[in-house]
Order: sequence, then structure tokens, then C-alpha cells
Amino acid sequence: MGATDRTGVSRRRLLLGGAAAGAGAAVTLGAERAGLLPGSATEPAADTAGINGERIVPFHGAHQAGVTSAPGAYATYLAFDLLDSTDRERLRAWLRLLSDDAARITQGRGALADLEPELAVRPAGLTATFGLGREAVRRTGAEEPAWLGPLPAFPQIDALEDRWSDGDLVVLLHGDDPTAISHLARMLVRDSRAFATLRWRQSGFRRAYGSDAAGTTMRNLFGQVDGSTTPKPGSADFDAAVWAGDDSPAWLRGGTSLVLRRIAMDLEGWDEVGREGREHSVGRRLSDGAPLTGGTERDDVDLEATDASGFTVINPAAHVARSRVSDPAQGIVRIGFSYDDPVEEGALDAAGRPAVSNVGLLFGSWQRDVDAQYVPMQRRLAEADLLNTWTTPIGSGVWAIPPGCDEGGFVGETLFA
Amino acid sequence: MFTRPRLLATAAVALATAGLAGCASDAASADAALAVTDPWVKTATTEDMMSAAFGVLANTTDEDVTVVAATSPQYPALELHEVVDGAMQELGDGMVVPAHGELVLEPGGFHIMIVELPEAIEAGDEVEITLELSDGGTVDFTATAKDFDGGNEEYHERDGEDMDMSSDEATAEHSH
Repeated sequence: MGATDRTGVSRRRLLLGGAAAGAGAAVTLGAERAGLLPGSATEPAADTAGINGERIVPFHGAHQAGVTSAPGAYATYLAFDLLDSTDRERLRAWLRLLSDDAARITQGRGALADLEPELAVRPAGLTATFGLGREAVRRTGAEEPAWLGPLPAFPQIDALEDRWSDGDLVVLLHGDDPTAISHLARMLVRDSRAFATLRWRQSGFRRAYGSDAAGTTMRNLFGQVDGSTTPKPGSADFDAAVWAGDDSPAWLRGGTSLVLRRIAMDLEGWDEVGREGREHSVGRRLSDGAPLTGGTERDDVDLEATDASGFTVINPAAHVARSRVSDPAQGIVRIGFSYDDPVEEGALDAAGRPAVSNVGLLFGSWQRDVDAQYVPMQRRLAEADLLNTWTTPIGSGVWAIPPGCDEGGFVGETLFA
Repeated sequence: MFTRPRLLATAAVALATAGLAGCASDAASADAALAVTDPWVKTATTEDMMSAAFGVLANTTDEDVTVVAATSPQYPALELHEVVDGAMQELGDGMVVPAHGELVLEPGGFHIMIVELPEAIEAGDEVEITLELSDGGTVDFTATAKDFDGGNEEYHERDGEDMDMSSDEATAEHSH
């Protein structure tokens, strides 16, 4: 009885302490959202100013808004195959329609001929980003970037399926409200019927808006803090890594490229790995994402540090060791979303039992040159990365992301200049 | 029709809006009596024989403005229509846009009928339309073609797949 009492007291004390800490955290959270704290995210202080649903990310600008804005809580990718009849002029008409839908709905207004304009009034930071595959660029007659096309094969790891791969045009919608995303996706697909067929659709998520302070690195479904080092929009490293410059075709300058890999994650296999093994596979602590060599999440990983027995603290095959680039301008900028889809009929796990999960990561990356930035990193990871034991790329695609457009223009107009 | 060059020249000054890219920014010049925003037309095949244009007409002046006719360099015959109690009727006296007010052209209400279609209107096409006003002025705008399945309230037997010729024609005749 005495022990129970003490436990009860402790718990109360903990709860009280927790409440106090919680209040402090809430203040911090508010300040971060208001952009008052150094190093805080660049997102507007939507929830201190009003309703997050009213938050609007401008569609028009030098760059496409989905690249420059912080990833929303939800994402949907749509990929289309062009109809044979969609020639240069029809492609142009299609791109204008797509931009028009996006320019309206992301700004909280119904599209033209929209019978549900009420669904658009809470964009919650909704953005639409358009990309073109090699065939679409070819049909415009514009210069094709050398890297535009499927990635080289990575036979050590790839198990690619057509149903998650490629496409002549891709759209990435991300924002904090799934209703707004659904409505824009519907309008885009509806307005595409005369030009293309929907090849695939993939949706993913991060934590819900408000669950974390803005700017918090996401956790993937292995529980890992995922993307700690990726440059933030607006930073010099981001700009250097992402924006196509003078060595790119003129129509692409101010744009970038998107690589999307659908990476299945074997949660049942991961279940067999202890906490230490999990941390060593990546080289970071599960609790906060800090390097195993110490410090905080934002600190550099020390690949040279050794333990008492003389081995490096970070396994040379750990994900951080294999994916690291010394110059962020030569690296990629990641935009990831988890997926958690229904188990497919008849699917088995690695142990031959009926599968209980069908989860993974929609691994997106922006880079100005796929061959110079993405491919070398992917080669290193394909050769050795402890994480490969539990991850399998099952979808892949590469698209050119044109620059943004001004009011009255449309994304992709530079292809027709 | 021999007055068209003069009308078009006037219209160029009073050019209203471009249709697309979310640029419903009311680009009408200050002189234009009407600003046209969100203009669009319904796609149609030649078998449909008809289509219709929609949008919002905003009167920026202190006087009522009456639209008495609509023309297009691409289509030979346009008419001003209104759907009343599910039935379409031509507006002999034109459409009045009240001073500092708006007239919404929409499926099931006021619209500009394109009554002859020598060629199909495909999604993404741009249809140039000139509104002629009772005072002799004109307003030009460009409407973008969009696929649209609605606006057929008066027909209850359509079931999506079953779009044979006769129902298509009937739809086109009486809808908008």
C-alpha cells in the first residue's frame, strides 16, 4: 500500500511538472510559429493569427511554390500519361488549364466550372508543383536536359513496379488540409481527361499540422528522425543545390528536378532489430536524431570519432556515412512523406506470414542536376547502406520542374518560348 | 458586319480580361464599362451543335449597362439566353448589369449561347467573344474551354455512359 501511495504521489508530481513544462513548451511553440525565435521555420504564424486553413501560399512567383514552401502535413502525387493526340499545342493548352486550376484553388477560390468552390476556401498552405517527363518535353520540341529520363538501374536494391513509376507529367500537391488537396486533385484529373490518362496516384503524410512546432524534422515510420541535414528553403545551401542555372536549358532556369522514389519499408523485419541496431543502421539517436557521436540533431556527424576499442562510432555502412556530402551544393534537398496503405491481397511478410503492414516513404528530392547530385549518392547507397536490409525501392521517376510563373502565365510556358 | 473593324478597335481599348492562369485580376481598363472575370465555355463536339459561355460581368460605372448582343470572330452566331424554370429562352432586350453591380453568367442561369459550331470546342481552347452594349461600346474577353458535365438539370434520364446522339442534341438545345 505504501509503495502504491508513493507511486501515486510521484505520478502526481510528474503530471504537475509535466503541466508546467507543457505551458513553457506552448509559449515556445507560439514564438516559433510567430518567427520570433532564431532558427525557427519561415512558415507564417498561421495559428496565432487565425485559422491555419486560411493560410495561403502564393501560387505565382519565380519558383514553383511547392518547392520553396515547407512541406505540408499531407501530400498527393499524380502522374499522367499523354494521349497520342496531345501534341505541342494541346500540351500547352493542358498546362494552362492545370495552372489555372492550381492558381485558383491554392488561393482559396473555386476553379472555373467548379461546382464545389466551398471546398477551396481552406487551402491551409496548399501548393501545386508541376513536372514534365522526357516525353512531354520532347513533344514541346524544347531542349531536353541530359538527366531527364529514368534513373540508371540499381540492381542491388531496386524492385521497381510500373504502377508506381514514371509518367509524362507529375503533380505534387502538399498542404495541411486533405480536403483541399482532394478537391484540387479532382479538378486537375477532371481537366486532364482530354489530354492524358492518370497513370498513378500516391498519397502520403507527415504529422498533422500543430502536432509539432513548425520546422520540426519529420519521423518516418521506422521511428527515425528523417531529413535532419536537408537544406531549408531560403537558405544559401538550398538555393545552390536546387535551382537550375546557366548550364541548364533556358526554359528550366529557376526550376529544378524531382526524383520520386517509393520506398517500401519492412516493418516486420525492423521489429527484429534492437534499439542499438536501429540507431547504428542510420548513425543517429532515435530519441532526437542527434548523431551517435554526440551533440544535437543539427550538429555534424563525426565519421572519424572512435570508441574505446578503436572502431569508428559511426559504422562506415551507416546511412549517414554513405549518404553524406561534404558540400551541400552537391547534395540533394529531400521532401519525404510516409505512406500507409492497405495490405495488398495475398501479401506476405519476409517470414512468409500474411503481411500486416504496407508502409514506406515517398522519398522526393529536388536537385538542379540529377546525374551530378542524385545518382552518385544513390550509387553509394545501393552499394552499401545498412538501411537497405529493410527498405526496397518499388517506384521511381524523374521529372523536370519548370520555374514558376507570373499572374497571367502558366507553369511550363518557358517550354514554348 | 462592316462596322466590326471599328467595334474591334474600340474593344481593344476596352479589353477586358484574359481567361486563364488564375488571372481573374479584373484586367479591364479603367474605361471599360464592364469587367469580365472567370470567363469559360463548355467544350462541345460538332454533333452537340451548341455550346455556351459563362463568367461574371461587373459594372464599374454609375449607370446600368445593357448587353444587347455577343459576337465571336470564331463562331458565326451567338445569342444571349436565360434559363427560367428549366427552360431556355433568348433575351430579346439584352442583359442588364446594374450600376456597381454584377451579373453572373452560369449554367442554369444567364449565359451566352454559341448556337452554331462549325468545329468542335476542345478543352483548353480559347474562344474570343465581344459583348456589344446598348450605348454602342464593346467589351472583349477570351473564354477558356473546360469539360463540364453539369447544367443539364432538365434532363433526368442521362446516365453518363448513355450519351447517344439524340440525348446529346437535346442536351445541347436546352442546356447551356
